[in-house]
Amino acid sequence: MMRFNTLVRNPADWMTGAHPERGAVLTSRIRLARNLRRHPFPGWAKREQRAEAFSLLRPAVEALPAMKDAFSQELSDLSSVQKQVLVERHLASREHAARGDGSGIVIERRQTFSFMLNEEDHLRMQAIRPGLQLQATFEALSALDTALESSLEFAFDPTLGYLTTCPTNLGTGLRASAMLHLPGLVLGDQIGQVLQAVGKIGLAVRGLYGEGTESLGNLYQISNQSTLGESEETIIRHLERVIAQVAHHEQNAREKLLEDDPEMVADKIGRAYGVLRHAHIIDSKEALNHLSLLRLGGSVGIFPASTAPLCDSLLMEIQPAHLQHHTGRKLSPEERDSIRAKIIRERLQNHPSPDKSNPSPAETGPDDGSATPSDDS
Amino acid sequence: MKKCDFCDSKATVFLTQLVDGQTKKVCLCDQCAQERGVTDPTGFSLADLILGGIAAAAAATQSGEGPPPPQGSGKKCPACGFTMEDLHRVRRFGCAECYTAFRDEIGPMLRGMHRGPSHVGKVPAGLAALHVKHQRLQDLRGRLEQAIASENYEEAAGIRDEIKALGE
Ligand SMILES: [Zn+2]
Ligand SMILES: [Zn+2]
Repeated sequence: MMRFNTLVRNPADWMTGAHPERGAVLTSRIRLARNLRRHPFPGWAKREQRAEAFSLLRPAVEALPAMKDAFSQELSDLSSVQKQVLVERHLASREHAARGDGSGIVIERRQTFSFMLNEEDHLRMQAIRPGLQLQATFEALSALDTALESSLEFAFDPTLGYLTTCPTNLGTGLRASAMLHLPGLVLGDQIGQVLQAVGKIGLAVRGLYGEGTESLGNLYQISNQSTLGESEETIIRHLERVIAQVAHHEQNAREKLLEDDPEMVADKIGRAYGVLRHAHIIDSKEALNHLSLLRLGGSVGIFPASTAPLCDSLLMEIQPAHLQHHTGRKLSPEERDSIRAKIIRERLQNHPSPDKSNPSPAETGPDDGSATPSDDS
Repeated sequence: MKKCDFCDSKATVFLTQLVDGQTKKVCLCDQCAQERGVTDPTGFSLADLILGGIAAAAAATQSGEGPPPPQGSGKKCPACGFTMEDLHRVRRFGCAECYTAFRDEIGPMLRGMHRGPSHVGKVPAGLAALHVKHQRLQDLRGRLEQAIASENYEEAAGIRDEIKALGE
């Protein structure tokens, strides 16, 4: 069986994936909730009943061909830092990481698929891919769901669909979401309008807002809310259309900024680069906001296109549990800020200086790395 | 100074969500934000954590005038012993059977929560086949009864073979 250190040694496929659309849309995620027909839901089950459900779920998931040589553990066998690393990698939910006995997790080698056993539902399965590809991600996960039906009997009602612990997930049990990077809309002061519009059509948008409408790192998540009354395809098609539109607005906003005020854009990105390149103490808030600008620089030609994937993996590496796993011991917040700065400096050591001669949103970048700048429309 | 929604410390993290055109703002202090995992903007779990809670609460207030239904309705899920009072306490059900036991109570609750009242979408393949087979058997048994009633024994024998072939 795969060991924890082996699993997390490499970045996930969706963090480094050579996806052509690495612009405004970072990742697409699909989650399906399923329950066993004859077993009480995990939160209501007695200890033995949970153990019994677990003993059915685990071998069924491990037997999937896609999960060959997967990482598979009971949560009680993982340390709290290990669990936290899985949360930071989006492989486990925070609620799941808080569980112990009778709950478990099975993660595919490339970290594309992960199965949480005895989460709030008996089975929470998810798939993540880079860029905007919700439909393809759903199809891949749905195939695994179908394969599981031959060994597990899922709770299903002809009227209510897949039965879930919480009625907010009834029907398809589907939560589809995308993570978006929207610095252009934030700098251009249009983010409020765009998000308001998205919120009005029944989708949920989240961001961590500081002052006003800015979000930490300019990162936003858009997802469906309703799971009953629409097919998986309808939900996903709708979501993909809206997300593509937001990405398109972002692209326009970037173009307009560069046209109206190239000096301001170059200044912001240059300063962010300077801080990240030379800081010795940096907290995660500051790091996120500067990495956001660095990433923007990668998509408007100030930096090579390979800057975006570099930023995406740094976003992950500088989080608290990753830092502690990296150093192999518990760290005080002060130590974390120093080590965070050190990791960023090292990763940017050979990174080129800003080239502000010809920033352009359509720029492909001279040395085309593993990804090309944004074109999400 | 803006106070944390969960304790009285100074709020430093402001989480805003747009749900159905309504802005919901949650203010947290550093510590509460850490505990609830809202400091990681790339955290997918944020969605389920906060949306699940808000959507369920909103649906409850929209449909059922908030507080629990008439006390002591006494209804219990025969499979797991869950009651409607439990639902209002934990906002989660006990088992799959609960949805049959409380079908009448669930209907209005779903209205504020979802696009439609009934499932459109994937059906477990095994169940779909079972469903089709079930209907086919029902149909054959009906025809068999008719054939026997009209003393059409040759046809009845044929239908019996078909039923046998279906494995019943
Ligand atoms: Zn607090
Ligand atoms: Zn029940």
